[in-house]
Order: sequence, then C-alpha cells, then structure tokens
Amino acid sequence: MSDQGGVDRRGFLQCMAWTGTGLLWSVAGGVLSSRAIGVGAAEAQSAPATFSFAQISDTHIGFKGAANLDAMGTFEAAVARIKALDPKPAFLIHTGDITHAQKAGAFDVASEALKGTGIERTFYVPGEHDVFVDGGTEYLNRFAAGRPGRGWQSFDFGGVHFVGLVNVLSYKAGGLGSLGPAQLEWLERDVVGLASSTPVVVFAHVPLWTVYPQWGWVTDDGAQALAYLKRFGSVTVLNGHIHQIMQKVEGNITFHTARSTAFPQPAPGAAPAPGPMKVPVEELRGMLGVREVTYAPGKDRLAVVDPSLA
Amino acid sequence: MRPRDDGWRYRILVGVAVAGLLLAPSGPARAQPQTGPHIEIKAHGYGIPELAVQPGTTVTWINHDDDPHTVTSTENVFRSPGIDTDETYSYTFTKPGTYEYFCTLHPLMTGKVVVRSGS
Repeated sequence: MSDQGGVDRRGFLQCMAWTGTGLLWSVAGGVLSSRAIGVGAAEAQSAPATFSFAQISDTHIGFKGAANLDAMGTFEAAVARIKALDPKPAFLIHTGDITHAQKAGAFDVASEALKGTGIERTFYVPGEHDVFVDGGTEYLNRFAAGRPGRGWQSFDFGGVHFVGLVNVLSYKAGGLGSLGPAQLEWLERDVVGLASSTPVVVFAHVPLWTVYPQWGWVTDDGAQALAYLKRFGSVTVLNGHIHQIMQKVEGNITFHTARSTAFPQPAPGAAPAPGPMKVPVEELRGMLGVREVTYAPGKDRLAVVDPSLA
Repeated sequence: MRPRDDGWRYRILVGVAVAGLLLAPSGPARAQPQTGPHIEIKAHGYGIPELAVQPGTTVTWINHDDDPHTVTSTENVFRSPGIDTDETYSYTFTKPGTYEYFCTLHPLMTGKVVVRSGS
C-alpha cells in the first residue's frame, strides 16, 4: 500500500481499508499516513517512546477445525512473537475469544501460556466464546473478581487513559454486540473528569463501529459510547472478533481491528457467512498475528504495528 | 409461513434422518440418535427456520458449520451447550406452543418450532 499522506481528510474518512499485510498507521496533527512495515520503521522509532503495549486477540484455545489444524502451535508462535518485541511492552491486552466455545480448561491454558511473553500484566475483555455457556460466570470469577460492574474496567498508564469495555454479555435473539445502559453510565462517569487532551485507548471484543451488521460485526449502542469520547483529542479503539485488520478514522477517533492467532475469517460479504476460513497452508500464518501499539508523549501519536506470524 | 411446504419437507427430513441412522458411524455426537425431524445448521442459518411438529416430537439439530452454534430458547425453555462441527442436539417438545430460539454465539441466527396437535 502506498503512502497516503496526501489523501485529504474527507477522502480518508470515506476510506475503510482492510488488508492481509502488516501496516503501520500513525496520526500526527490530524494527518494520517500508512506504510508497509519495514519501509518506515526507522521514522516511526525516531521519537522517544514512553511505552508500548501489545494486543493479542481471538486465541480460540481449543479450536480444532480444518481452518487451522495446529491452533495451539500458532498461539505459541504469537506468544513468541510478543516476547521478541523490543522494547518490551509494558503490558498486554487480550481482546477476547480467549477460548473456543468456552472449552473446559481453556482459560487456564491461555493464561499459563501467556506468561511465556515475559509480560507480567494482561488485561482481558471477553468475547462471546468466553461467556455464552454460563452467561459469563467463569470469566467474571476469574478475570473480574472484586471489580464493580460486569467486567468493564479502566486504568491509567503513562499519561494515557485505558478503558476495557464488555459488549458480549447481552446477546439477544436477532441482536448484536451491546454494551447496555449500566456500562454506558459507568463510561460516562469514568471519563467525565478527564482533560480533553488526555489520550484515550478503548479496547473491546466486538467492533464498536459499524463494520458489517449483516454478520453482527457491530455494537448496537457503540455510537453512544463514542459520543462520550468525541471531545478527546486522541482516541484509539482496539477491537477483535473479525479476525482481520481493518482501520477507520472518524474525527479524532481511530479504529483498529486485530488479527486472530487461530484462524482468519472472510472479508465482509466475501462468503455466505462468517466463520473459520480455510486458506492454503502456506498462507495461513500470514493471516494470523499480534499487535504492538506505541505511545510517544507530546506527539499526539499512537503507532500501531501488526506483525503477522509468517 | 409456507404451510404447503412443511409436510413435504418433514417427510424428506424423516427420510434423511432414517438414512442417517443407518449410515452414521457411532461416536459421542451420535450416541443417541433421534428419529424425529432434523434441522441442518449451515452457513450460519437454521435449515428450517420455522418447523411445525406434533406434541411429543423430538427435534434434532445438526451443525455442519466450522463454527460452533447453540440452540437456545428465548424463553429459557431449552438451552443447548455449544454444538461443534458435526455434533447434534435434540430436544423433545411435549407441550403445544410456539418456541422461538436463537444462537447465543451468533444471535442473528433465529428459528422457531411450533408445536400443535392435529392431523
């Protein structure tokens, strides 16, 4: 993909790109540019970074389908890829579907294996696979015990405000991802006291923006959550669920979906239904991956890099 | 919705089900095969979105997708576990009524079983 620095803002807002290759996106002063990983890496690293963090998503521990006969192997490759990141990420976020169909013992396998990254702290949000069997009891007891609410959380790190949202606990017939009124009220209170100059990072499983409603790739009340964030100068939204990289910019809000470590899914509308997509075995690892996000203070910039497992 | 089709489909399905019983290999997912109508789950859809049956009928859902699905009553009358690829779930409907259900993993998938006495 070529440098898009010359694309005007209006043109970019209409652009919704997805691709199977790693891209680096950076935002500075409202101008956004992208380039293939490796081409502009030196420039991206020229600013002294206060910290970086890693994102892993849709590990689907327990998946044994034909789309990846060694999903545990690719998960371990993802762990190794994160461990190799330099500088070492300050923490890790997991944007859900930790398990595949909440298989017995899968949470244990995931959290044990993630210790192999060498990163001490992982912040989780659930995917629908993690909660559908028991309405979230196992997940909440394990990952959200002692916290108010139903798994949502926020924390501050290095001058950045992080918000983890849960949009898979109120799936109803005919419905979509949903945050619910209680969580929306909490979010409004959570950010009300923050200066608008505070960089905000929001992470959740199902995309908070409208990716493809026909496949349920949307959060029905996501717009309300985003309304609380519009006044901030820099908002980065990190999602999973769709097992492929997509980006979009709306005002000061930048949206990114992540690859899975287990299997790819088709591009929106490219198949009769979503689900594990079989690809030639030599292409599989290029469609799986992890993410590194770097925050550089004073630059109003979060750099997002998506290394594949190839 | 299309009552003319239902009886026809039903007979086809019973035929398929009986053939399935004869041909199916034994295994955990098919340890207790049922003789009632079968609903095929494919491409994130229930093959018979609306099925009419007599009271006492056992309905079996078969998942042909690579994704797991569920068959979950909107009124909490029945609730399958995750039905993985090639696995089945059966439920016996004893009382007349309309039973709407959906997949808790993919809630855009919805279906309905109508249970009523009659010829």
